Amino acid sequence: MAIELHPLEQFTIERVLPVRLHGLDVSYTNAALAMTAIVALIAALTIFGTRRAALVPGRVQSLAELSYEFVADMLQSTVGPQGLPFFPFIFSLFMFILFANLLGLIPYSFTVTGQIIVTFALAIVVFIGVTIVGFVKHGLHFLRFFVPEGVPALLLVILVPIEVLSYCIRPFTLSIRLFANMLAGHTMLGIFAGFAALIGALAIFPVAIDVMLLALELLVAVLQAYVFAILSCLYLNDAIHMH
Amino acid sequence: MPQLDVSTYLPQLFWLAVSFIVLYVLMSTIALPRIAAAIEARRRRREEDLDRAAQLRRDAEALVAAYESARAAAREQAQATLRATGERLAAAAAERQRQLTAVLAERTGAAERDIAAAKARALAEIRTVAADVAADLAARLTGAPPDPQTVTSAVDRVAAERAL
Repeated sequence: MAIELHPLEQFTIERVLPVRLHGLDVSYTNAALAMTAIVALIAALTIFGTRRAALVPGRVQSLAELSYEFVADMLQSTVGPQGLPFFPFIFSLFMFILFANLLGLIPYSFTVTGQIIVTFALAIVVFIGVTIVGFVKHGLHFLRFFVPEGVPALLLVILVPIEVLSYCIRPFTLSIRLFANMLAGHTMLGIFAGFAALIGALAIFPVAIDVMLLALELLVAVLQAYVFAILSCLYLNDAIHMH
Repeated sequence: MPQLDVSTYLPQLFWLAVSFIVLYVLMSTIALPRIAAAIEARRRRREEDLDRAAQLRRDAEALVAAYESARAAAREQAQATLRATGERLAAAAAERQRQLTAVLAERTGAAERDIAAAKARALAEIRTVAADVAADLAARLTGAPPDPQTVTSAVDRVAAERAL
């Protein structure tokens, strides 16, 4: 097994199975493999684990119901009953990011959410989706979202561009927050792991640090999935209720 | 930084779209309805159990109330029976007493009559005996038997004088 000396090497995309579609490169990569594993694991938890829905749930069913009620409560408390149609999306989003973060913590695995293009794609889907929901629900009145109430007309000249900017910057903050957390954590783990590979018997110390960092990263993995999901809920709430 | 290699973006986006759409379809059509059904079934079952418990409790309370009223009725009836029986027994005892008193009075009367008859008989016999003794005494004293008619009248006179 190759030892990673460079801490950023772990983010390298490798084409496992070259695929071309209409002349476009859509190769099955190590990232795609990780995504397949994520979907398979979530399906195993929520579909295989509940195939015999018991009145008194077993471990896997409990976990599935726990995730369901966690996301349902999150959506209910931020958006309310109108958020219900978006529950499958928010649930899929939360579980996808959570499993991507957690699977990435397994040594030699690939961290999907450590790729800026992936987190940005997820964030832009949320952004565009939320904007469409806002316009469908309120029509052109949704534009009033950018006009704060009870503010003198003169100030609006300054405030409206700020509101528009802060709205449009959302996909960037949302995606970079998740990406940067994953990047920083895994780079730290990679640095100490690479260090351990260099110093022979003394490797016990950087490995011990890695073990402690792994505990911290476990927290970050869950927390960032939660942050991404709840911010998506809050954006959805803005679009549905407009403040 | 490998993340900035633009040539990797298209394959990543393609497989992200494929896997996320597959995930969304699996969740929205199979997983989430199934989990929701399990949670709902449990909630319904719990409510049914609570309802049944409340129903059983109401039944039990009704039963207790019925038992209490039945007990009170039975007690009242028992007391009434006791009272009636007491009165009946008292009446019977009084009747028996009366009959007994009557019988005793009758027997006492009969006995008194018998005693009176016996006394009269005895008195009559005493006079005969007294007349015989007087006649005997007079015969011994005078040597000649007196006239029985005289003796009897003399005895009668003495008996009347002494109120015998």
